[in-house]
Amino acid sequence: MKKTFLALVLSAAMFCALLSGCGSGEPPAAGPELSVGIAQDLDSLDPHKMVAAGTKEIMFNVFEGLVKPSPSGDLLPALAENWTVSDDRLTYTFNLRPDVKFHNGSIVTSADAVYSLERLSATADTPADIVTVDAFSNIASMETPDEMTLILRLKEPSNEFLSYLTAAVIPAGYEEQETMPVGTGPFRFVSRTAQESVVLERFDDYWGGPAAIKTVTCRVIENADGILMSLQSGAVDLFAHLTITQAQQLTDDFRIEQGAMNLVQALYLNNAVEPFNDLRVRQALCYAVDKQAVIDLAFDGFGFPIGSSMYPAFGKYFDETLIDYYPHDIQRAKELLAEAGYPDGFSMTITVPSNYQPHLDTAQVLVEQLKEIGVNAEILPVEWETWLNDAYIGRNFESTVIGVDASTMTARALLERFTSSAGNNFINYNHEDYDRLFTEAQSCTDDDEQTALYRAMERNLTENAANVYIQDMADLLAVRNNLTGVRFYPIYVLDLYGLRWES
Amino acid sequence: MKYAFRRVSALLLTMFLVSLCAFAAFSGISGSAAEARLGTQATAERAAALREELGLNRPFLFRYGEWLSGFVSGDLGQSLTYRQNVGELLRDKALASLLLSGMSFALIVLCAVPLSLLVVRAADGPLDVAHTLFNQFLMSVPPFFVGLLLSWIFGVTLRWFTPGAFPGLSRPGEAVRFLLFPAVAIAVPRAAMTVRMLRGTLLRELNRDYVRTAISRGSDRNSVLRRHVLKNALTPTVAFLAQMMAEIVAGVIVVEQVFGVPGLGRMLVVSISNRDYPVVQAIVVILAFWVVAANTAADLINVRIDPRLALRDE
Repeated sequence: MKKTFLALVLSAAMFCALLSGCGSGEPPAAGPELSVGIAQDLDSLDPHKMVAAGTKEIMFNVFEGLVKPSPSGDLLPALAENWTVSDDRLTYTFNLRPDVKFHNGSIVTSADAVYSLERLSATADTPADIVTVDAFSNIASMETPDEMTLILRLKEPSNEFLSYLTAAVIPAGYEEQETMPVGTGPFRFVSRTAQESVVLERFDDYWGGPAAIKTVTCRVIENADGILMSLQSGAVDLFAHLTITQAQQLTDDFRIEQGAMNLVQALYLNNAVEPFNDLRVRQALCYAVDKQAVIDLAFDGFGFPIGSSMYPAFGKYFDETLIDYYPHDIQRAKELLAEAGYPDGFSMTITVPSNYQPHLDTAQVLVEQLKEIGVNAEILPVEWETWLNDAYIGRNFESTVIGVDASTMTARALLERFTSSAGNNFINYNHEDYDRLFTEAQSCTDDDEQTALYRAMERNLTENAANVYIQDMADLLAVRNNLTGVRFYPIYVLDLYGLRWES
Repeated sequence: MKYAFRRVSALLLTMFLVSLCAFAAFSGISGSAAEARLGTQATAERAAALREELGLNRPFLFRYGEWLSGFVSGDLGQSLTYRQNVGELLRDKALASLLLSGMSFALIVLCAVPLSLLVVRAADGPLDVAHTLFNQFLMSVPPFFVGLLLSWIFGVTLRWFTPGAFPGLSRPGEAVRFLLFPAVAIAVPRAAMTVRMLRGTLLRELNRDYVRTAISRGSDRNSVLRRHVLKNALTPTVAFLAQMMAEIVAGVIVVEQVFGVPGLGRMLVVSISNRDYPVVQAIVVILAFWVVAANTAADLINVRIDPRLALRDE
């Protein structure tokens, strides 16, 4: 018996020695390689088919349009070196940057641009999974007088048209985008392994000069514990969108950079169902909710309160005066409820996609706050696909906590969805003035005037308490200390181009 | 031989039923791959068009039939999310998961058998009491917790391996070393359970009349244990270990996520939420096969040990 025991102990000891003997040691501190953690796998590699914000976030480095956004929210020349707009604002003439190469080596020509824009325009035979750009229905004709010139003629003048030209330009006739994407960005796609990793490599022929980092491996890590572990163990050098708790647990090897998520987080109310079809009820909820308390309790104070469907990164479009349009006022909320015929409150459900912890946390605080005015809210956690199918597409919900993003850097991208006829108006908002303001804004030629109209639309949403607006959440990004060059954008992207290791 | 034939037919029938049930359950849940793919871009019309394009509108039995005939001829179909052949997509992940469950199984057997012998010999002594308490504790530790603990100690603090950076099967040595830690996490509670089960079986055998007779005849206790008791205890143990395989597979799915092993577990969870039924079907069938095959193998082994078993269900 003693012998057996001894043998066990000895073999265990040897085993440990063996393991420690070939330990991997410290992670590489500086080098041409970078490992980025991402919380979900890419939904499609084809730039015209990707929907998930997390996919566009990474593939921003692989694809470019005629223009590209800058960190400050302006549009910079990208594949188009410069452009002119005719006096009637209907004709755009783009001069393409000469000798720009696709990742497959071919030269970018105006024919590629036309191909890409046509692929994104909705026609009868557009495949259903192409994410079409409605704004391109405004294109009357496209001409290519030579390989480096593109002339677009619009049906109606539009102040925002240019911002839609951030759409990816891809090689004409290339059919393999879904498995082997080819673009013009500073990084080219190398390989992907489902639910494991996506490998990008520096594109040495990039027109703006090659990036500092040579290879970027994006590792898919969904598990919250796994995220922390992978940072601490050295498997990952950079991870965006951390929770406060995760950020606080990180050690000295990392610094936390804070940006904004650029999402409109709100308690979205289905304006078509009882009791939320009553303006007074919606306003009562707005008065009852204390957004700063939500931010303090669920987000440790990180987050920016908002009052309408617009977030601060939008600059001139963001109306600060709306933030406190409904100050926290329990008394006023109760009065409104009584007027609406609910003196004792009512019961409601808050549908929340359970994969988003921040939204669940927010809902928890809301439930407590609503109790104070006698509203008995119950959280209904659902799977993301169920949320999409039932709440978002089916519009079968009472209220939901979610963050809505802008697909392009235009106010329109955030506001158009609440026009009564919009297919993605999941809250069934229906207000004549709002629809009218939107139509006016679209036909408006003066930028200041249009900005004023968009701001009026925001005010309309606030005054009619379309939703209980809460915040633009903080985006916490963990980076290894000697990695520099992180830039935040007003849209949901992770720019790898400027990153470099400092020795 | 006849018995083996019966067992294998039962295996095939089980596999068929499992795949049919999985397919049916999957057709019952809300949403389809079309909505999942379109995400927030989805509108009712767009989703309907894409469902049509992906062939999701065809009747249930038709789709199942198509999947089954493809499967039988070795074609697992095309992933709706990855637009890639499912076989290709899953090959490495299946190997990683099977390797992990195989390693966990080996660890359980390697630890549990010598330990239970040790414990049986010390039955009713102080070591036995200590063991009972300790065993109770180990049995109730959930694998993901052991996983976290191991990751922190050996991954983050000692840096013996890098959680989240699986080296891949192309480097088998490193892959096995990495998988050892998740395998331990899975094996700990199950090894404890096995020790308890083996201890019970061995003690029961030891109290039988033939043992008393053998000892009174002059054989020494240890040789009785080795020559007769172990052999008699073998059949229930093999059956128990085979059933353990189902729990190991369940453990693999959880623990893979903690350690960042790119195996079938995460792929299964994600594919369910993507409503990617060809992938889900394939994974369910692979995992079910692994479990059912282990049990069939156990039956066949037990019949070799004790041929009377084959007569029992005649």
